[in-house]
Amino acid sequence: MLEHYIPILIFIVIGLGLGCVLFLLGYVLGPNRPDSEKNSPYECGFEAFEDARMKFDVRYYLIAILFIIFDLEIAFFFPWAVVIREIGMTGFWAMMIFLGVLTIGFVYEWRKGALEWE
Amino acid sequence: MIDLTQVLLLAAMLFCISVAGIFINRKNIIILLMCIELMLLSVNMNFIAFAYFLNDIKGQIFVFFILTVAAAESAIGLAILSVLFRNRNTINVKDLDTMKG
Amino acid sequence: MTLTTELALLAPEIALLIMTSIVLVVDSLYDNPDRVLTYKLSQLALIITTGLVLLQFPEVSTHIMSGHFVSDPMSAILKIVLGLMTLIVFFYSYDYLLEHELLKGEYFILMLFAVLGMQIMISANSLLTVYLGLELLSLALYAMVAMNRTSAVATEAAMKYFVLGALASGMLLYGISMLYGVSGTLELPALATYLGAQTEANLLLVFGLVFIVVGLAFKLGAVPFHMWVPDVYQGSPTSVTLFIGTAPKIAAFAMAIRLLADGLQPLAGDWQGMLIVLAVLSMAGGNLIAISQSNIKRMLAYSTIAHVGFLMLGLISANQTGYASAMFYVIVYTLMSMGSFGMVILLGRNGHEADNLDDFKGLAERSPWFAFIMLILMFSMAGVPPFIGFWAKWFVIKEVIAAGHLWVAALAVIFSVVGAYYYLRIVKLMFFDKPVQMTAIKSSQEMRMVLSLNGLAILILGFMPGFLMTLCIEAMGF
Repeated sequence: MLEHYIPILIFIVIGLGLGCVLFLLGYVLGPNRPDSEKNSPYECGFEAFEDARMKFDVRYYLIAILFIIFDLEIAFFFPWAVVIREIGMTGFWAMMIFLGVLTIGFVYEWRKGALEWE
Repeated sequence: MIDLTQVLLLAAMLFCISVAGIFINRKNIIILLMCIELMLLSVNMNFIAFAYFLNDIKGQIFVFFILTVAAAESAIGLAILSVLFRNRNTINVKDLDTMKG
Repeated sequence: MTLTTELALLAPEIALLIMTSIVLVVDSLYDNPDRVLTYKLSQLALIITTGLVLLQFPEVSTHIMSGHFVSDPMSAILKIVLGLMTLIVFFYSYDYLLEHELLKGEYFILMLFAVLGMQIMISANSLLTVYLGLELLSLALYAMVAMNRTSAVATEAAMKYFVLGALASGMLLYGISMLYGVSGTLELPALATYLGAQTEANLLLVFGLVFIVVGLAFKLGAVPFHMWVPDVYQGSPTSVTLFIGTAPKIAAFAMAIRLLADGLQPLAGDWQGMLIVLAVLSMAGGNLIAISQSNIKRMLAYSTIAHVGFLMLGLISANQTGYASAMFYVIVYTLMSMGSFGMVILLGRNGHEADNLDDFKGLAERSPWFAFIMLILMFSMAGVPPFIGFWAKWFVIKEVIAAGHLWVAALAVIFSVVGAYYYLRIVKLMFFDKPVQMTAIKSSQEMRMVLSLNGLAILILGFMPGFLMTLCIEAMGF
């Protein structure tokens, strides 16, 4: 009964292990030069503590918009990954074509400079 | 046990709230976008319920497509919204009245 | 059926997708001056996809892709018309975009994506494909309306279009979910079979049907779901109005046929009544409100609403000849609408939009030839014989009478007489009023030629309506 859950245990162990190893690697190998700026709590582009009802920079919208699209297109990968063995090469190449179309969209947004902050 | 009618009723209520939101709301366009999203989600609820009770996978697949299309739709909505804000400096629904006749 | 043969039947759509992707990449990689390269490549894409449709013109109806996609004579004819119409839009819009500093590659790319969406709608054989095609079309159109980023009017129009369009999609989807829930299938023919076997009324089914008809009416722009039409037509750049006012009507018609005729034919008794109400309201509302308009784009928007009413009349009889008359109507209408918006573009100059009725004053003095073309267009829209617009109305009304709705036919005749007033007013302005200004009309040779051909086509088709009608009947007969 319990042996059914062994893959999950292995998954958790490997996941935890990998996380710890990467964390340690960063701690050991990375340069450590703290200053006040680095030690302050970090919130992307904002002061950490202030009135929440402030105006957003419009550039956040752009990034958010691009994120939403690519994020949700990835949703198609989950069912695909589950049945990849059953649908064979046709299914594989169908998804590659889908990825190709996504990549073309990505190339377009890159070339248009949508990924640059300034 | 939850039966189909209850889920359908919930979805219908969500749908009504969103439609009411679109027509009643006169202040903020972002709320309009949220209502649209809610509407699509209520439809998703319907599809999931039917797919579950019919024991049929097609409804679930439809939900995937609705989700992705909804993402694209809200992306375009937000894009139009930011252009509108740049031109008008307002996102008040009441101010969208330049064209009459 | 093997995958290869299925893909072969999908060739037009696949080719268009590949070409559009190529145009997208090329446009973003090469900064070609005046977007000539993008323009030419986009035209090539349209020609290739239309050519492929012609090459494999189907004799029979084939269901492919697990029944989600259908290839039949109706879809082929509509796709060819669609391709031609979009090509004409390309010809009309290039100079306009250049002059109004709107010339971006995205204009053409979005248009190609819209065409792809419409092709999918036209060939849709399941509720899922109908929805996906519709969304691909709508999303492209929302962006196109907002193309003129510095114009407050255009962005406002885009926002309205977006909100109401999304609302309509939501309604349609809600209806679709109900139909799916009742029948357990997404494919339209299977749905029709299921409904045909049902004997007692089902509440969910009625719900679904109502929402589907409302969603359709929104997309077609029928009264009382027409609020977006005038604002979008007026607010968008004229070249975008030109596109929205023509090609998507063909797709909307196809969607109506697919949903109502292919999928919900057994419920015809229920939706006929709804369509009669929508049609009569549209003809009345459109024609009456159009009279008080001074902006020609807005006037044409209300005229569209009225024409949509007529289009729905063709669907009311719910039989093959009725559908054929509606198909005839939509093809003729797009041709006329194309010409009219083409004239608005032609008269505009140096960044000024000729969208006021006054801009047409004394056109006969400035350019007798184009005044003549506009005369043909307006007479045809009004339904004056022998122009093709008359025949379109004639066939539709004949079908309504055959279906036994005499009073609807009588109302249709009355409202088209009312409508004739504002079309003929433009003719009066052109021929009997003094021009406000005498600047010569300047435009490219290409544009003049295509616009002239467009006008003459309406004149010539008027003398041989039988040819187009036979085509439509064959398309519906499959």
